[in-house]
Amino acid sequence: MTQAPDANLLEVEDLWVKFPTRSGIFDAVRGISFSLGRERLGIVGESGSGKSMTGRAILRLIRPPGRVTAKRIDLEGQNLMDLSERQMRAVRGQRISMIMQDPKFSLNPVMRVGEQISEAYRLHADTSKAEARRKSLEMLEAVKIRDPELVFTLFPHEVSGGMGQRIMIAMMMIPDPKILIADEPTSALDVSVQMQVLEIMDNLVQDRGMGLIFISHDLNLVSAFCDRVLIMYAGRVVETCRADRLHEATHPYTRGLLNSLPRLDAPVDRLEVLKRDPQWRDEHSISGQT
Amino acid sequence: MTIEPRPPEGLRNWLLSDTPTSRNHARMAALYQSWLSFRGNQMAMFGLGILVVLVLVAAFAPLLAPHDPFAQDLMARLKPPGTPGFVLGSDSLGRDILSRLIYGARITLYIVTLVAIVAPVVGLFVGTVAGYAGGWVDVVLMRITDIFLAFPRLVLALAFVAALGAGIENAVLAISLTAWPPYARIARAETLTMRNSDFIHAVRLQGAGPLRIIIRHIWPLCISSLVVRVTLDMAGIILAAAGLGFLGLGAQPPTPEWGAMISEGRRFILDHWWVATMPGLAIFTVSLAFNLLGDGLRDVLDPKEGSQ
Repeated sequence: MTQAPDANLLEVEDLWVKFPTRSGIFDAVRGISFSLGRERLGIVGESGSGKSMTGRAILRLIRPPGRVTAKRIDLEGQNLMDLSERQMRAVRGQRISMIMQDPKFSLNPVMRVGEQISEAYRLHADTSKAEARRKSLEMLEAVKIRDPELVFTLFPHEVSGGMGQRIMIAMMMIPDPKILIADEPTSALDVSVQMQVLEIMDNLVQDRGMGLIFISHDLNLVSAFCDRVLIMYAGRVVETCRADRLHEATHPYTRGLLNSLPRLDAPVDRLEVLKRDPQWRDEHSISGQT
Repeated sequence: MTIEPRPPEGLRNWLLSDTPTSRNHARMAALYQSWLSFRGNQMAMFGLGILVVLVLVAAFAPLLAPHDPFAQDLMARLKPPGTPGFVLGSDSLGRDILSRLIYGARITLYIVTLVAIVAPVVGLFVGTVAGYAGGWVDVVLMRITDIFLAFPRLVLALAFVAALGAGIENAVLAISLTAWPPYARIARAETLTMRNSDFIHAVRLQGAGPLRIIIRHIWPLCISSLVVRVTLDMAGIILAAAGLGFLGLGAQPPTPEWGAMISEGRRFILDHWWVATMPGLAIFTVSLAFNLLGDGLRDVLDPKEGSQ
C-alpha cells in the first residue's frame, strides 16, 4: 500500500465474508488483502477455501444473509464498499466482469445467444439494437467463433461446452471491463478445449490491458498461465509467489498440494495425502499486495 | 396415432424428412411432429374442434343467426324446439334461442379472452416479484395471495361485482381478481428454482437491475407452465362468468349472455324446459371442450406430467 492507488487496478484490504448460521458465524473469507495490476493473478486452493467467495465479494454479489466487510476494496482509487447498490450495478459488467464455471448453467436457456450478448452490451452502452448486434457479432468473431451470424441465432442448448464458454467470454468482455474475474472457467470443459479457451481469454485480456483474476484448483494450469499466485486455505492467503516459482513454494500446505499431484517425470507408487495442520487455520493471512 | 397410410405427398414428406435441409425446415418438422402427437389425442382434437367451431360461430354471428337476437315477438313466445323458424325454440319474449346462443358465443369468448390475459399477467408479476425479492416482500405478497385463495371464488367475485357494479367489464375484472392467486403461486415456485441459478447470477454480475432480471430473464421461463394452467382454467372462467350472469351480476339483459339466459328460463323450467336447457348445454359443451384441449396441451407441452 506504499504505492499510489492508481498504480494498481484493484486493492483489497482486510476482506471478510461472513455467513451467520444457527451455530454461530461462519467466516468463509477471513481478512485477506491483495492487489491486482495489469497482470494475471491466480488464486488457488482446495474446495471451500474461499476462492470463489473472494471473487463474488469483490463484486458484492454475496446473497443475504452473507455479509461482506473490508477496510477497502479500491477499484482504480474508488472504494467499492462505499457505493450504493445502484452505483454498484454500474461497476458490475462494465468495470469488473466475471466468467463462471459452467456455460451450460450460466446462459439463459430460453434466450438466444445473440440477444444475451447484445443485452450485456446495451446494459451499459446506450445504443441502438442494430449497433449492439454489430458489436456482438464482432465480439463473437473475436472469440474465434467461425460463423457468428449463425451462432447469434442459436439457443444455448444448441452450442457445445467450449463454444458456450467462448460465448460467455464474449458476453463478459463486450462492455470492455477493466478487470475480469474467471472463476474456474475451464473446469467444466474437455481438456482438449481448455487450452483453446484459455488462449482466447488470455489474448483478449492482454490486448486490452486488463487485469485478470484467475480462480482455479488446478496448480499446473495456474503456474503455467498466471503471473502471480495466491494460495488460499480456510479463507486465508497462506502463501503468495510468482507463478513460475510455484514449485519452490515453502509453505507446507502448498508443498502438500504440489506433492499430491502425479508427475510424469517423477512417478511415485503412492501419492502423498495432504495432511492439514490445524495451526495453518490460525496463522495470519499473508498480504498479496504489491 | 391416427396417421392413416397415404400415398406420399410433397408437403407431408418434406415435413417428415429425417434430413432437414435448412434450419427453418428442421423447425417446421419439429412443429409438425408435436402437432402429430397432439393429433393422436382424440379427446383433445374433439375439444379443439368444438372451440374452432365456437370461434367461427362468434366471428360470423350476423351471417349465421337466423333472427335478430333482440327482436321480440310476443305472439311466438315459448315455442318448443323444432317449431318452424325457431330451431331451438323461443324464450319468454319470443326471441329465437339459437340466435341468442350464437351471439352469446361472442360474449363468452370476450370474457374468457380478457380474463385469460389479465389474470396470468397479474399472477406472473406478483409471483415473480415475491419469489425473486424474497424476504418481507415475499411474505407480504404471498400472504395477500393466501387471503385471496381462502375465499370461495364465486363468492369473492360476487363481492367485487357488487362493489363495482354489474356489467361485463366489471365481471371480467372481478373474475380476474379472483383468478390470479394460483398463477402467482406457480410463478413464485418457478422463480424460486431459478433465482439462484448461474445464469441469473451471470446477468446480475453484468450489472442488471432486479426489474430487468424479472421481466427479461425470469418471465420467459415461467410462461410455459402458466400457459398450460390457463388452458385448464378456461372452463372455470366460463363457469364463473355464467354464474355471475345467472345471479344477475354479469351481463345485463337483454344481452344474450348464456348464464343470464339460464336465469331467465329458470321460471319456466318445468313447463318450458328448453329455455334454460339450451344455454346450459352450450356452457357445458364449451367448458368440456376447454378442459379436453387443456389436457391435451399439457401432454404435448409438458411431457413430464403427461399421463402416458
